[in-house]
Amino acid sequence: MTDAPLLAVEGLSVAMGGVPVLEDVSFSIAPGETLGLVGESGCGKSVTALSIMRLLPDPPGRITAGRILFDGVDMTSLDIKALRAIRGDRIGMIFQEPMTSLNPVFTIGDQIGESLIVHRGLSGAAARAETARLLDLVGIPAAKKQLGRYPHELSGGQRQRVMIAIALACSPRLLIADEPTTALDVTVQAQILDLIGRLRVEFGMAVLLITHDLGVVAEFCDRVAVMYAGRLVEEAPSARLFANPRHRYTEALLHTMPAANPPGRKLPSISGAVPAPADRGAGCIFAPRCGFALPRCASELPPLTDPPHRLRCWNPAA
Amino acid sequence: MSTAAILPPRRLIARTLGAPGAMAGSVILVVLVIGAVFASLLSPYDPNATRVCPRLAAPSLAHLFGCDLFGRDIFSRILHGAQLSLAVGLLTVAISLVAGTIFGMVIAFLGGRIDRIGVRMLDVMLGFPAIVLAILIVAVLGVGAFNAALAVGISGIPRIARVVRSATLTLVGREFVDSARAVGAGQTRILRRHLLPNLMPIVIVLGSLDLGTAILSTATLSFLGLGAQPPQAEWGAMLSAGREFMRYAPWTMIFPGLALFLAVMSVNLVGDRLSHILDPRASKHD
Repeated sequence: MTDAPLLAVEGLSVAMGGVPVLEDVSFSIAPGETLGLVGESGCGKSVTALSIMRLLPDPPGRITAGRILFDGVDMTSLDIKALRAIRGDRIGMIFQEPMTSLNPVFTIGDQIGESLIVHRGLSGAAARAETARLLDLVGIPAAKKQLGRYPHELSGGQRQRVMIAIALACSPRLLIADEPTTALDVTVQAQILDLIGRLRVEFGMAVLLITHDLGVVAEFCDRVAVMYAGRLVEEAPSARLFANPRHRYTEALLHTMPAANPPGRKLPSISGAVPAPADRGAGCIFAPRCGFALPRCASELPPLTDPPHRLRCWNPAA
Repeated sequence: MSTAAILPPRRLIARTLGAPGAMAGSVILVVLVIGAVFASLLSPYDPNATRVCPRLAAPSLAHLFGCDLFGRDIFSRILHGAQLSLAVGLLTVAISLVAGTIFGMVIAFLGGRIDRIGVRMLDVMLGFPAIVLAILIVAVLGVGAFNAALAVGISGIPRIARVVRSATLTLVGREFVDSARAVGAGQTRILRRHLLPNLMPIVIVLGSLDLGTAILSTATLSFLGLGAQPPQAEWGAMLSAGREFMRYAPWTMIFPGLALFLAVMSVNLVGDRLSHILDPRASKHD
């Protein structure tokens, strides 16, 4: 994990229609590493993922500052052709909603084969054989027979497996999984995560796992980055972060986990709501909701400290 | 849309014929198509031969639909007119559909300024009544059946384009388009492979509903003397020629009018049924 990072996001800022939604986000992922990106809805996790792929619709989305280095190449400076060569080939992506992420009018065989045809130039028969192998790999039984099926004939879990097969078709070096299990049943969630974990080892790929499920992160990720309202507030190796959360937001977030509370007790919540992107103050954005805020928290933005435990807080937990 | 779009053709046909109205429409349409295709075999007389019977003779066994001013057999002319009307109607719809679909799909997909300019262009075209626009185009291109088809086809583009554009807008927002991008698919690939097939049910319905209007509009142009030219047998032109003798020889107008009416009605009955089947909200309950 000491060698050059596979993906390095440096000071990324993104604005949507002129309103900043991501500010100065930095993190890196080493080859083969798994980084969990967590935070509440609307904190910018998905925007980060889409920005890395340069899939953010522009307009309204715009990268206003920062660099996204993938394998040493700055994604923000690439033209559309170069981007397409990377998308689906070296970076695979799984979306949250397997119900709508598959094209309803094509068979799953066609859809998995698409990236093989686009990137590998495979022909029909070769693509079909490879597609069947991929389906087998993601645990869909009788793969050959399934190739001709349409998305609506599959269950949610199976569709997500198909999405994974699509993402892995060209053996990417990085897999971006944007809430891959949110739309699935709990039992299926575990199967899908197991599958991603197994394939990660098999393919030796790095994974950026975006989720709001802290339990998933604890189990699955080497490192965790916590985002709040468009900023990275804390980042540390998983074990360390869960044992010793230091940012007050992370701390509060961990307290809300059902597993962290004895059964029968009402779960604690964080009062207030995430401020809208347009009305974020100059200081720490969490200050208005924070029980430990100091006077300076509202006016001065705390700097991000250095690894291994990066933190953006004036009054961190011990 | 997901189930309708992948309905195999055989089942689509079976379900279309399931409703009495569409069944009747299909039968009439098939009769008309057979009449058109085999017009030369079925016609008892040469449609353009004059004096095969007395001028304006009433319908009889020898001349089922009677005769026109020049002593031509109206039945034979109607059969040959079906050929022209259906061909011109199909050509018209093909022009509107192909151009309208491509235009609507591309401006919606590219979005931004291109979309805004495109929509303005459509608005301007829609500001003209379609038939006035068609007359304008014929005035530029010159009269004739082919030019009439072209004119009506062009004037039908904005209606198709507008519907296709809004359908595309909802598709572009769907995640599978993002996931196609994430796989590295290019613009044309996304348009051709991901958007177009999803638009097909809508395009088919638009086309089937437009065919009736197209037949009627081209007949209108011919009625006005801007479409098919004499001595070509064309229903609109026949109506126009017969209108002076409506009181003495009503068959010169009744039969071409009836043919036009049946053609448009049958096409609309089938089109309505198709739109009903291919509409995702309606498809479950029939």
